[in-house]
Amino acid sequence: MNSRTIFINIFRWLVLLFVQIFLLRNLNYYNLSTPFIYILFILVLPFKIPNFLLFVIAFLTGLTMDAFYDTLGVHTSACVALAFVRILFISVSVNRDAFDEPEPSLGNMGFKWFSLYAIFGIIIHHLVVFFLEAFKFSEALYTLNRTVLSGIFTLFLILLIEFIFHNRKAN
Amino acid sequence: MRNLWIFISRYNAFFFFFFFFGIGIYLTLNNNSYQRSITLNSTNEVVGSAYERLNILKRYLNLGQVNDSLAFENAKLKTELLALQTIDSNQNVKVKDTVNQQQYTLFAAKVIKNSISLRNNYITINKGSADGIVKDMAVISPQKGVVGFVQEVSEHLAIIRSLLNKNTAISVFVKKNNAFGSLVWGDGNFDYKKAYVKEIPNHVKANVGDTIITSGVGSFPRGIEVGKITKTGISTGDSFMTLEIGLFNNFSTLQYVYVVKDRLGAEQKDLESKLPNE
Repeated sequence: MNSRTIFINIFRWLVLLFVQIFLLRNLNYYNLSTPFIYILFILVLPFKIPNFLLFVIAFLTGLTMDAFYDTLGVHTSACVALAFVRILFISVSVNRDAFDEPEPSLGNMGFKWFSLYAIFGIIIHHLVVFFLEAFKFSEALYTLNRTVLSGIFTLFLILLIEFIFHNRKAN
Repeated sequence: MRNLWIFISRYNAFFFFFFFFGIGIYLTLNNNSYQRSITLNSTNEVVGSAYERLNILKRYLNLGQVNDSLAFENAKLKTELLALQTIDSNQNVKVKDTVNQQQYTLFAAKVIKNSISLRNNYITINKGSADGIVKDMAVISPQKGVVGFVQEVSEHLAIIRSLLNKNTAISVFVKKNNAFGSLVWGDGNFDYKKAYVKEIPNHVKANVGDTIITSGVGSFPRGIEVGKITKTGISTGDSFMTLEIGLFNNFSTLQYVYVVKDRLGAEQKDLESKLPNE
């Protein structure tokens, strides 16, 4: 991992969390749909990152989010779950040795792979967030509703961001 | 041992996940009061229902003790009655007068259903509108202490909103200095032996062991002993403090209650309702 990758990731972390905390936090649709685009940062971390480091980064990112959302623990758990899903998904679908792409972004991996990858990650992350927030199964239907609607919103924004920033590089 | 290490390092992502996810859940439960209260409540529900079963047995075992206390009380009342009858035969007119001015009458009733383990507890008794019970009457315990208010009345039964309910508040004061407060239960305390007296001004001196009695404002007669202070000066951040008290009556073994009929209650309510609502 060279210093350029590290710098880009730190920059991405700052920008995504800034947008999430100061813009998207105030944006929701009838309390049903609220996007969490900061998880894009965890999704597009480089392939070669060691598992332990990935979990630590996910944990700290979640902790930062919780500090601003005032829900200590909720986003932390969700980000850790997301990191786990990321590891599983990549180990199942990508042969790491034959691949020399640096990171799992839309431009590198193609639309089909990336959107499936994002959908899995988003679903798990949002499920954990909303179920920990509601914390009871009697409202499960409403919670699932929120998960799906927010997931769609998040997916839309993440694909949009990826299209804007990565297609240009590919050209 | 070596094999174990190989196993762990092979599935390291899985173990890291459990480790970090565990920390996340732990943080959630420890720092968010809503999530914590739900976890506690669901465990309490399980424990509570087990206790309720146990209580049925306990009540049966307590029968002897309850009988003794009833017999003792009967004897005491009969003595008083006899004493009154003696006066009656001597000075007829005077006694009639005091009876007319007597503000409170007691009805004895048997508890047929009781709960102490819920967030909001209710008691069902075997007297109803046919026996003269109406809504909002005060209910006291035969020995010492308050029980609650009548909430719903049918012909032969009534439901009492127990003190162990978040909607019950009883006006009380500290016996030695008449400092007013409001007796409540709940707020994180689900122990049926404890309650809180709120809105006591900070400057009032209240010591552990002081007796709390009812104030006479509202449906309760004045001077019924409620409990003893077990902890003082729980600061609430403003100019009032909260006292923790141990209740005199034991809600778990409650079998008989007295419903208090306030002769002037209806009149007072009627009169006060004429005031314009602000």
